[in-house]
Amino acid sequence: MAKRQVMFTFPREMIKEPIIYHLSHKFEVVTNIRRADVSEDRGWVVLELEGADKEIEAGVAWVKEKGVRVDPIVGDVVEG
Amino acid sequence: MSYATGLRCRKCGQEYPLQPIRVCDFCLSPVEVNYDYKAMADMLSRQKIAEGPFTMWRYRDLLPVAGGEEIDIGTGFTPLLKADNLGRELGLDELYIKNDCLNPTYSFKDRAVSVAVTKAREFGFDTVACASTGNLAASVAAHAAKANMKAYVFVPANVEPGKLVGVAVYKPNLVTVEGSYDDVNRLCAELAQRYNWGFININLRPYYAEGSKTLGFEVAEQLGWRAPDCVVAPAASGLLFTRIWKGLQELSMLRLIEPVNTHMYLTQATGSSPIVHAFEAGSLHVHPMTPNTLVTSIAIGNPADGYDALMIARQSGGGASSATDEEAIGGMKLLAQTEGIFAEAAGGVVIAGLKKLAADGAIKRDRLTVACITGAGPRTQEVVSDVVRPFHVQPNLESFREVLGVEV
Ligand SMILES: Cc1ncc(COP(=O)(O)O)c(C=O)c1O
Ligand SMILES: [Zn+2]
Repeated sequence: MAKRQVMFTFPREMIKEPIIYHLSHKFEVVTNIRRADVSEDRGWVVLELEGADKEIEAGVAWVKEKGVRVDPIVGDVVEG
Repeated sequence: MSYATGLRCRKCGQEYPLQPIRVCDFCLSPVEVNYDYKAMADMLSRQKIAEGPFTMWRYRDLLPVAGGEEIDIGTGFTPLLKADNLGRELGLDELYIKNDCLNPTYSFKDRAVSVAVTKAREFGFDTVACASTGNLAASVAAHAAKANMKAYVFVPANVEPGKLVGVAVYKPNLVTVEGSYDDVNRLCAELAQRYNWGFININLRPYYAEGSKTLGFEVAEQLGWRAPDCVVAPAASGLLFTRIWKGLQELSMLRLIEPVNTHMYLTQATGSSPIVHAFEAGSLHVHPMTPNTLVTSIAIGNPADGYDALMIARQSGGGASSATDEEAIGGMKLLAQTEGIFAEAAGGVVIAGLKKLAADGAIKRDRLTVACITGAGPRTQEVVSDVVRPFHVQPNLESFREVLGVEV
């Protein structure tokens, strides 16, 4: 089992979609939300995903395909 | 001895022992080093610091390192120069340049890395690693050489080979990674989880961060133990910006300077300006963006310390300003041609940002302002290659006189 800590950023039109619910039902991924906020124009969620590497991989790809931005919570690691 | 007492989450306050960890287990926010300031205050004085070496390690008591020898290649105590020519150009009477180009690997990163590698050895790691497109990579490789440690340096495969000379010369394990910038990010985040390495800007990040405070300490000491009225600095992950502020606050807490009333201004390249966006939008959250700028040294779209940098810019009564690539290049040239300092494009962003802040009246003429120039020009000199337009003459006086139009 692997864990991945990520931030999802939802564009306005996606805020009402139950993306995280679907992520945990379509894939064998446990979702564990740590912080979140929604404003008028965007929403973000910081969460931990737990599951087999492959499932996390596929789940994240699906979330991205839906138009949600996915970033590692440690921020960009590649620095100047 | 060290006055560091532990790590604490910047968001939820959860405390942790001084270990190599990257984020708070609970809320996944950055953690930072905490100190016993009371004990520190009893023991530190201006004089004690002034008697230390002329490097960043004169502030050793304010850094989170234990008794062992530091990994030092001569970093810090860089010049703080009064910039009258540039000041005249921008309408600022009290302008200073903190010239951090003059570090051993030509950027301020040496400050952070010197502490991180010292700490890596303390923790018993035999290998340090980082992912970088230039400055951080060079600094990590150089410090690893000095520390006799193994180094892995990950670089996106599309970085021009010429840029890697200043990294490879220290003989780290230089790894170029195929794929997008995001792919490199993801691989490194994964490697950091799987390998027992000191990953400089991941599990050593809390310590790495503290090294950057020394820039703030030096500015205050070099001004005769006072904080400036305004600081203008670049922000990529936002770390340096937050630590300059922390450095000034600490000096004031230790009563080495008066209470700080410094306005902190951060600058970013327009093509990679998520913090400036958040500032301008009045937002409480820094939304990531995909960077698109030639100022590669500060091209970070998802800044790990963006939130804290944003708060400091706001709460200090400072601001945030961005510069296009063109403006940044103009800034580089202006700095070189007024003050004789050849900075890299991040320095150009600072100067261009400062120019706007002065023109808008955000920074007033009589304010004691320090512009932080954090990296030297030569590593990426191709961005200003158009400056080379020599006069071409034949080897005789006549030709010289004719081409240059200068009479004897
Ligand atoms: C020259 C230069 N200036 C500024 C920065 C910004 O540093 P930070 O990530 O601490 O905001 C970097 C590194 O990313 C850099 O290389
Ligand atoms: Zn926390």
